[in-house]
Amino acid sequence: MSVDASATDLEAAQKAARDRLDQHVYEIVQWHFHESTGCPFWLEKKKELKFDPLTEVKGFDDLKKFPLFEDEWLRGGPVRRWVPKAYADRPIYVFETGGTTGIPKSRVVVEDHWIDYEMFSHTLPDEYFPKGANWLMLGPSGPRRLRLAIEHLAQYRGGICFCIDLDPRWVIKLIKKGWMEHLEEYKKHCIDQALTILSAGHDIKCMFATPKLLEALAYGLAEQGKSIPEVGITGIFSGGTEFTPQWTRFCVEELLGGPPEESGVFMTPTYGNTLMGLACSKPVRAEEDYKITYYAPQPRAVVEVVDFDNHEQVVDYGQTGRVKLYTMTKEFFVPGFLERDEGERERPYAKYPWDGVSGVRPYHRIAAQTTVGVY
Amino acid sequence: MLHLPALRWGKRYESLEKQEVAHFLTGEPIAQISQVNGGMLQLDMRHAARARQILRQIPSDDLLAMCEKAAELFENATLPVGDGEQSVDDFIHQQSASTGLPEHMCRANMKKNAFVLANMRSILDALTRGLDLEILSRGWGDEGRGVIVSYQVQSPVLGAVLPNNSPGVHTLWLPAIPLKVGLLLKPGSQEPWTPYRMVAAFTAAGVPPEAFALYPGGHDVGSTLLARCPRAMVFGSAQTVEQYAGNPRVQPHGPGFSKILLGDDVVDRWEEFLDLMVESVFSNSGRSCINCSGIWASRHTEEIARALAERLGPVDVLPPDDPQAGLAAFTNKQMAIGTYSMVQQDLAEAGVTDCTAAFGERLVEKERCAYLRPMVVHADSPDRAVASKEYMFPFVSVVRCAQQDMLRKIGPTLVGTALTEDPEWIDALTESTLIDRLNIGPIPTNRLNWLQPHEGNLIDFLYRSRAYQVEPMPAPVRA
Repeated sequence: MSVDASATDLEAAQKAARDRLDQHVYEIVQWHFHESTGCPFWLEKKKELKFDPLTEVKGFDDLKKFPLFEDEWLRGGPVRRWVPKAYADRPIYVFETGGTTGIPKSRVVVEDHWIDYEMFSHTLPDEYFPKGANWLMLGPSGPRRLRLAIEHLAQYRGGICFCIDLDPRWVIKLIKKGWMEHLEEYKKHCIDQALTILSAGHDIKCMFATPKLLEALAYGLAEQGKSIPEVGITGIFSGGTEFTPQWTRFCVEELLGGPPEESGVFMTPTYGNTLMGLACSKPVRAEEDYKITYYAPQPRAVVEVVDFDNHEQVVDYGQTGRVKLYTMTKEFFVPGFLERDEGERERPYAKYPWDGVSGVRPYHRIAAQTTVGVY
Repeated sequence: MLHLPALRWGKRYESLEKQEVAHFLTGEPIAQISQVNGGMLQLDMRHAARARQILRQIPSDDLLAMCEKAAELFENATLPVGDGEQSVDDFIHQQSASTGLPEHMCRANMKKNAFVLANMRSILDALTRGLDLEILSRGWGDEGRGVIVSYQVQSPVLGAVLPNNSPGVHTLWLPAIPLKVGLLLKPGSQEPWTPYRMVAAFTAAGVPPEAFALYPGGHDVGSTLLARCPRAMVFGSAQTVEQYAGNPRVQPHGPGFSKILLGDDVVDRWEEFLDLMVESVFSNSGRSCINCSGIWASRHTEEIARALAERLGPVDVLPPDDPQAGLAAFTNKQMAIGTYSMVQQDLAEAGVTDCTAAFGERLVEKERCAYLRPMVVHADSPDRAVASKEYMFPFVSVVRCAQQDMLRKIGPTLVGTALTEDPEWIDALTESTLIDRLNIGPIPTNRLNWLQPHEGNLIDFLYRSRAYQVEPMPAPVRA
């Protein structure tokens, strides 16, 4: 009886979420393609389209009418072509992605990074991410969205964020040049900064760290005879495609000292990028072999798992496909972008009544050419 | 299906990530191997000292007896391996299935490993020049000349990044245990069988399991092992050897470029040594670093190449369980295709002749694997690129080169067999630093005397001779 009831509840929640998504898509498309509010890029693009987005996009499925978003469009200036007219007078941030060689891709932002991380903040357990606690940002600095987003997350939760200097483009260059000793030294340089911050009496309880840097920090602390729990860290937010179940298990059991109830340290994996924002993970549990399943922050973003050869076809639940992202905020519109990752399609559940993706890893057809740096 | 867990100083660890090992011909899964990350190895290095401490508690003589027992078990017993049991036939079948080596070659490699283990007492006696092993264990002592000698251990454990598909190299790390140094191994992805079975044999013979660590995994495990382990071996390509050359912590093992050099005093009798040449090129399907990849002489080289081609050219592919099978499969088909294409480039150079061309197609492609049949090429000068090539199949260049030029031209040579009685040339060969293992006389390059060091003496790698002075404390002066 209760199973039936919860199934019905989930079905109702899914329907409500879908209705909300359709309504959101309609409003966002109106916003981006209306002369008074849209950005120059999409208003120009509209002329190439064989349909009128203002009248022919009524819900999420209609987004398939758009061609795939090409991230190459994001290279170079003027970046103001991406600023919606309605926001023309607002202060603008520009965040970059890639850029080890050549012109990086840029995304302009007004306050999306704040909104995304405020929403994310509400998913964090206060027990392990105490309000008012200070944070350590053990990740890339420079023209990165992540750097400011984590700082905002800390501030939103009443804390202060301490950062290190880390240039991920230099890291990629070191790897490509095969300068492994320099790479090791640079990693040490980053970890030394973190160790200094942690030893300086800043009362840091929460941190962001990429998996590689989290590992390196644990080893750095071990050399000082300390551990992550011992220096007072209780909440860790991390992200990246290197987040495999086995790595997560290793991290929880051996770097953090066990599951949160034993070690007092909670770690949550996330999946995201500058284009989409941040997808949260269903709580990762030993009982489920540390399976990691991500859910996008619908309706602002959607993640689909699509057929490798037909991006309009979502694969069946449990089947493998390529990750396709949609971003639909008032600041940025991506009507379908094929991410460089693959994974398995996951069913909705009570907290996130829409599709998720698990086992995210680099897309096998291009994985061999990709250099994974620090995040 | 058989599962091979990681071993963390004797403790089994089943990873959530497993790699499947499949039969090279049928694709049938044979086993799953737990995959761990380099970080785990790095963490476990904290306990490396315990491996040596435990081994030091066992008298050397007992450890040598355990080696003898382990040799017998390794060669004859059904042993617990992973979550199952493994008979000798299982081992042979599994190793052949994943490496592509014919089964009778797997048996030969198994015997070789067992032989070294069984004869560890005399091997260590030779390598230490008769030193009482308890001196290595204690760190110092008097070896009977009234002089204190001391050997300082350089690492509590010997690490090794083992090759994917060459079961013959495991003899090199076996002496670590009786030298009271723990073993930390990254097994090859296609040849985990020997290290797992060897550890099973050692522990069944009484060596404490805490002395062993096995970390199957990706490249990060290998690089972490080499970065963290104070003494480690790595088996790899010429590029790997170059990367670690001069690094006192790492002993790299790569291609051997082993050669047979015919002196001017003997070369007219070349036909008498044809069997020796064939064995040196062809044994173990030409996969070893001790296989001959170059035969150098000042004359008769075309005749030598033709005669070798007549012996090796007709050799064809046979099933792996055929006792006559002489060729190992490339379990990665692309590797055979890539190798063959490199050979084609070598052959395109003027002055290079393919002497096996008349004996049919060399590249044999099967559904899941490929073979390369033996090749003999003639080079009219040591300056041809092919003169310094080595491939993972029976491949030899017969190179025309004046005797007085050979030592300037041969390049690094792991095993050099010199067929000569010319005392002046023997002296020059002896003084040359290009040849590691020097055979004077008709000794096939693949026949190693285990009482001799191989690519440096393992004792010198693990122990450093140093000063140790002892003076008894005077009696306390009482007020």
